[in-house]
Amino acid sequence: MALAVDDFAFVQALVRRKAAIVLDPGKEYLVESRLLPLARSEGFASIAGLLDDLRKNPHNGLNRRVVQAMTTNETAFFRDGHPFEILRTTVIPEVMEHKRSTRRIDIWSAACSSGQEAVSIGMTLKEHFPQLVGWTVRILCTDLSTDMLARCRAGRYSQLEVNRGLPASLLVKHFRNEGIEWVASSDLRRMMECKELNLAEAWPVLPRFDVVFMRNVMIYFDVETKRSILRRLRSVMRPGGWLFLGGAETTLNLDDAWQRTPVGRSVVYRSP
Amino acid sequence: MRALIVDDSRAMRLVIRRILGELGVPAEEAADGAQALDLLGGGVTPDVALVDWNMPGMTGVELVQAVRADPRFAGLRIMMVTSETGADRIQEALACGADEYLMKPFTPDVLREKLNLLTNSEV
Repeated sequence: MALAVDDFAFVQALVRRKAAIVLDPGKEYLVESRLLPLARSEGFASIAGLLDDLRKNPHNGLNRRVVQAMTTNETAFFRDGHPFEILRTTVIPEVMEHKRSTRRIDIWSAACSSGQEAVSIGMTLKEHFPQLVGWTVRILCTDLSTDMLARCRAGRYSQLEVNRGLPASLLVKHFRNEGIEWVASSDLRRMMECKELNLAEAWPVLPRFDVVFMRNVMIYFDVETKRSILRRLRSVMRPGGWLFLGGAETTLNLDDAWQRTPVGRSVVYRSP
Repeated sequence: MRALIVDDSRAMRLVIRRILGELGVPAEEAADGAQALDLLGGGVTPDVALVDWNMPGMTGVELVQAVRADPRFAGLRIMMVTSETGADRIQEALACGADEYLMKPFTPDVLREKLNLLTNSEV
């Protein structure tokens, strides 16, 4: 059954209020595909039933599950390739030089989904920077979705997921297979700390990051939320820290304090 | 880019050929390892070979070993495309000379991504 106009408006308002996510008209199909499995798992016959219950009982935790179901969790190992190439050729060498006295590197995978980005960062470090043995490298993985964080923490991936973007040589080196699933090595998982964080709300105390991956996240936010996130990001990054955004994202005309830095065919942003 | 599909399943060859066609990659087909070697020796010059593991006669890994032993095919990139999904199998295939490994089942997007990895290009 097609989504009613007022049901779509209700979901639009809910995700806007709770996660600053903008759902434009025309995204009714997305609401249907995301909420139908949730409705069924919660024992409702339809999305309309789920939303009716939510209107009557707004504080039973269901609204949180609806928002989580609506967040996009598209990810892949080494997504887009070039950010990890830049990390290897340009960013980590600079960070190691800058941090040679403290021998500590802090990286943030913001909106980490099920953790493929953080695992890819970890593999890049393990493969190309053996000199980091003895350093403290922390990759903070945050997401709005507790389900995704649980997956990130477990480091457990399906065959379909490891088929995507992950060279076979790295798969067998950094994962072990358990039945039909593949588990990231404990070495990689030890680098990762997984925490719930809503980018659109107040942030907890965070370390001073050397590198932040916040890719394909801001496209879902309105302009004011983008500005607020970019401004707050500056305050949690060390001067000269490196910010990776998605291909369709930029700091330009949002927060011009960032230094746009072309590297090869791509662009990285450096904090002032 | 040109491809050689080596799989004893006609249906699987058809599926892969169709996906490659949509990516603009022309492909030859072989139903087993011997036929693949005949094609390669007869002047067919693909850039990549997509090789099943379990086939009658020569296995896919035996085919990889035979190809790697022949300097005429030195530039050929080989990806196993198989329902063998154990880490030991992947290690064995890579050790025998396969360049990449794709586990069945897969989606068209995954095949495209793996081809890009294999050839360091964009199809």
